[in-house]
This record gives sequence, structure tokens and C-alpha cells, in this order.
Amino acid sequence: MPYPQNTSQSYEMQPIKSVKSRTVVLPSTDIDTDQIIPARFLRTTTKEGLGKQLFSDWRYDANGTPKTDFVLNLPESQGAAILVAGNNFGCGSSREHAPWALMDFGIRAVISTEIADIFSSNALKNGLLPLVIDKATHAWLMEHPGADVEIDLETTTLKLPDGKSVKFPIEAFARYCLLNGIDELGYLLNQDDAISRHERAYP
Amino acid sequence: MSQKTLFEKVWERHEVVPETADTPAVLYIDLHLIHEVTTPQAFTLLREQNLKVRRPDRILATMDHSTPTTTEEIFGRIPIRMESAAQQIHKLEDNCREFGIELLGMTHKDRGIVHIIGPELGATQPGKTIVCGDSHTATHGAFGALAFGIGTTEVGHVLATQSLLQRRPKTLAINVKGRLPAGVAAKDLILAIIGKIGVGGGTGHVIEYRGEAISALSMDERMTICNMSIEAGARAGMIAPDETTFEYLNGRPKAPQGAAWDKAVAAWRELKSDAGARFDREVDIDASALEPMITYGTHPGMVLPISGSVPTKPDDPAFAKALNYMGMTPGERLLDKPINIVFIGSCTNARLSDIQLAARVIKGHKVAAGVRMLVVPGSQQIKHAAEALGLDKIFLDAGAEWRESGCSMCIGMNGDLAGKGEYVVSTSNRNFEGRQGQGARTLLASPATAAAAAIRGRITDPRQFL
Repeated sequence: MPYPQNTSQSYEMQPIKSVKSRTVVLPSTDIDTDQIIPARFLRTTTKEGLGKQLFSDWRYDANGTPKTDFVLNLPESQGAAILVAGNNFGCGSSREHAPWALMDFGIRAVISTEIADIFSSNALKNGLLPLVIDKATHAWLMEHPGADVEIDLETTTLKLPDGKSVKFPIEAFARYCLLNGIDELGYLLNQDDAISRHERAYP
Repeated sequence: MSQKTLFEKVWERHEVVPETADTPAVLYIDLHLIHEVTTPQAFTLLREQNLKVRRPDRILATMDHSTPTTTEEIFGRIPIRMESAAQQIHKLEDNCREFGIELLGMTHKDRGIVHIIGPELGATQPGKTIVCGDSHTATHGAFGALAFGIGTTEVGHVLATQSLLQRRPKTLAINVKGRLPAGVAAKDLILAIIGKIGVGGGTGHVIEYRGEAISALSMDERMTICNMSIEAGARAGMIAPDETTFEYLNGRPKAPQGAAWDKAVAAWRELKSDAGARFDREVDIDASALEPMITYGTHPGMVLPISGSVPTKPDDPAFAKALNYMGMTPGERLLDKPINIVFIGSCTNARLSDIQLAARVIKGHKVAAGVRMLVVPGSQQIKHAAEALGLDKIFLDAGAEWRESGCSMCIGMNGDLAGKGEYVVSTSNRNFEGRQGQGARTLLASPATAAAAAIRGRITDPRQFL
């Protein structure tokens, strides 16, 4: 295998084999990163503590009181680690604060029929699984909030409550890094010779 | 087989290691633009892992997102009002000093919105790979660069290795036939394109904009087009460089000079899609059939010709939710709808020609009673150039505010905000809920349409003022 062993320079990441949880369903389509974490919360210099601002303008009223009808505030949503959302989740800005906020809140996977490119890339680097699945399975999940499902990263399958499984695509190297708790930066740092050759060829 | 698209030529020239089934490509990055909001955590990572910045000479830093736009705050006559913004600004100053990175800081004559100063200084060039922790990095593709936004973890990767792990995206050609009619701007064209292919229509793709209408555009206009590629879901949009591109770059301080210039131009002439090169997808659009466009919903794909009426979609709860937020009703005509604020600014439309266009519309008129108009140049250079032409006077005489450069009300994280329920005709790029302030309602449009709305206090076809 061309993969590196975990180098001393690699960031400590917990290996992820699977995520098993009830789902919470946010049916809106085109949920953009300004909804996930509004820009006024980006005036920070750390990654920590953004979960309390997740979906802030949907979760709280003008006085900062949680809106009782918003799905993440419902008692049955507490502790759910898998978010099922409408098509084209995470569109808009490149802010990595979006996956940081979801992770800090306790979300470990997002399931949709389409997930924006930059959000997906950022999510994978933080151990948040972005799952794109077929429309029929997605429609079933949208209609069954609170379903107990399991995402198996080793077999790249989503296991549904009735025992059925569906496959999901995931970039091979990102999957390898997640399964083994390896940070991608370690791999890039090991490419130093090739990068230097490129710099000499194209100064 | 030897026929390649523009994207393929730039991509392949930057492959340090090509991709395999198991591993993404290692892609070399020529220019890394950084700003205060998406970098502090990346520098923290470098320090934690005791890593160096590999090529500080390939990085250009500025501050734009959280910076205020009042002259008093920018030039330190009063402290920056928002303590958290001041902290980010000081953090970037510290990081650039420690790692030896060129910073166009708060009072620098060349400071401005990151995607405006790259081209303005000639750092953005054809054939380069350019990244920044900002999704509107697509802007630089107007020069035939492969430019895309990245997250903060990737900012760290580029700082440490000048490279990124990337899967090769698909290609989408958008062929724009005909010419834009008089009074129809590049902004109207890109809004029409997004309306046609949808906000997820470019996901997984790099767009190449081509055709007669694109070739006829100025560099400022091409940047407006490429800038909003991300609003169609595409991380990057490109336009093949031509004489317009070379003329723009010639003599700019970071562009090649002398013999190096001639050599560079010769290489840049090769940067175009070969006849017969295959794209994964192609979409055709006729520019000559367009009219000024304006958005009415909560994403840029919810857009109409300005003479249009809000559609009716009875069985679409997401559509109903968006209209409810916007205070719009199905069937409602957009023309003459009252508005509260006009914002001329952002990396989409705050270049000199945008400001000139808005000034041309508003010259000799007044901003309507009860309407606030904010004009925020994209860079300090643009601000000074506009002032040399007397444009600031035109806006000030009309009753508008004239500010220092920055992202301002496009992102609403710097003190420039719209209020709940207020309608903002904005030359920026995103009309998402709350983007310009909690509860604010954004209507995206061209600088001419925005300025016309300021005069009448209502949504207005700008052609009557042109």
C-alpha cells in the first residue's frame, strides 16, 4: 500500500469504524453554511465551542431562547448523531466552522442526496461523515425521523432498521485515514521529495 | 486524446503525484491568498506540530472579512469597535510576522478584498493554481487560473507543504452565445446561468465559460462571472486568457516584467481548450435574450428577469419557506417593490468599472427618502482611483455613504448590517437567510440595478437611467 504509517508529526485522530445512532431530520433543501453557522460567529481564532451557535438563527428566537418547534430542540432529537437533510447540504461558503459546529454539537454524520464539495471535503478532515445516498432511501429516512441506523465505514454501507443495507460512495483515501485515525497532513509531508522535484522543474 | 481542456492543461502541469484509485493527486499550489478569518486555526496547527511555512514567498495576506469600513477605525483614530474582529486582525499580523509572510495590513495602500487585490497586483496570472480559505476564490479563474476555495485544515496543508490532496473534478462547459444587450451586465449573465443550471448544478465540476459573449467581456466582468461559480456549486470557474487578459496584467507590479513578460505571454497563449477537447457536460445559453436579473428568494438560483413575477409552486414547502422569509407572494411583480438599503460592494461587484457604472446611474439624482445606500470599494487602490475620478463626490452628493474597502455588508460580520425584514438590493453574491444581518432580505443584482433602486426606493429596471 502507498499509505504512510502514522508519523510522529501526524495530528492525533480517533479511528472511526462506524456511527450508530438515531437520526434527526432537517428536511430543508440547499441548507447553506450561513445557516449552519452564521458569519457573525466566525470572529473566533479557535475551533472550540461552536456547537452552541449551530443553526443559531433557526434554533433561537431574538432573545436567545431556544425555539421549541425547531427540530434540534425537540426532546427526541437530543443525542442523535446522524443528521438527515435535504438535497445540496452545505452549499455556500468554505467555512470549516460548519463541520466544527456540527461536530461540537454531537453530529457525526450528515446524510443527503447531494452534499456541496467544499463542505464535504472539510467534513472528512474532521471525522464528520458526509453520506450521499440514493433518493428512495433518502426519502424513507426523511419520512422516519428517529430511525435507528448504522453507518459502517469498513463496508461503506448504511444499515437501516429493517435490516436492509445500502452502499454509499466515499473517497478512498479519506476513508482509509478515518478508519486508521490518520491525518492527511502526515501523508502530504511525506511527499516532500516529489514536491521539491516539482519546485525545481517549475521554479 | 491529445486534445485537452483548459482545466486539464492547468491541472496536469501541477500534478506533483497523479491520482490513483487509492490516493488523490498531490496538486502543487502556486499562490496562496490568506485573510484573517479562516487562517488562525491553521497557524495554531503549524505551531502545535512544530512545522514551518514551506513557501512564504508564494503567500499573500490581507484583511477584509471582519475589518470595519469606517475611515476612523481603519486608520486607528478610534479603536476597532468589535473586540473579536480586532483580535483576528492582530492574530494575522502576528502570524505573518512570525512566518515571514507579506501582509497588506489595515493601513496599507494595497489592502482590499482578497479576490480583488490578487488580480489588481498582478499576482493572479493565467495557468496558476490559486487557493484561499474562501469560496469566492473562483474569481481568479477569470485569468485562466485554476482557483478554488478551501477549508482551514487545507489552509494548513498548503502552508506546510504548498500542496493539496485533490480528486480531479469533472468539467462543465458553459457556452454563451450572442452578445449581452445594452444595459445588461455580467452580473445579470451569471445570475441567469445559475438560474438555469441551479445552485447545485456545478457540484463536482470545474466550469469553463466560453463563447462570443464571454470573449467580449472586460476582465472586471469576467471576474464577476467566475466569482459566482460557487453559487452554482462549482468550486472553480475558468475563462481562457486572451489579449484582454494580457493587456490587463501588463505592467502590474507582481506580473512578469521585461523578457520574462514576453516568455510568460507566449506560454499563456497555449492556455485554451483545444478544438475538439471533450467536457463531461456542456450547457448553452443565449446572452442576447437576457434582461437585467434580480433574485427574489433565499439562494442565488431563485432569480428572475427584472420584469418577471414570483412563480407559483403550491406543493413545494422549501419554496414557501423561502417566500415567507422574503416577504414575497406567488405571482407578485418584482418591479416597483419598495426597498430599504442598497449595497454596492463585495468581491463580485466592487471593482472600478462597477463603481463607475453605479455612479453613472445615480449621477444627478438623490438616494430616495428613507433609503440607505452604502458604497464600499473592493480595494484601497480602487477607492483612490474612484476618488481621482470624482466618483465619491457623486455618491456623497446623492446621499450615499462612501467607505474604506472590505467585505462589508456582503457578509455582515464587520459591523455593516441590514436589519430584520429590510430589503437590500445588493451587488454581492449570496442572498441566504441572514447573510446581511439577522432577518435581512437580500435581492442580488448588478451595480446598475442597485443604483437605480436607490434612486426610486423601489426595484427598478436600470435601463431607464442608462
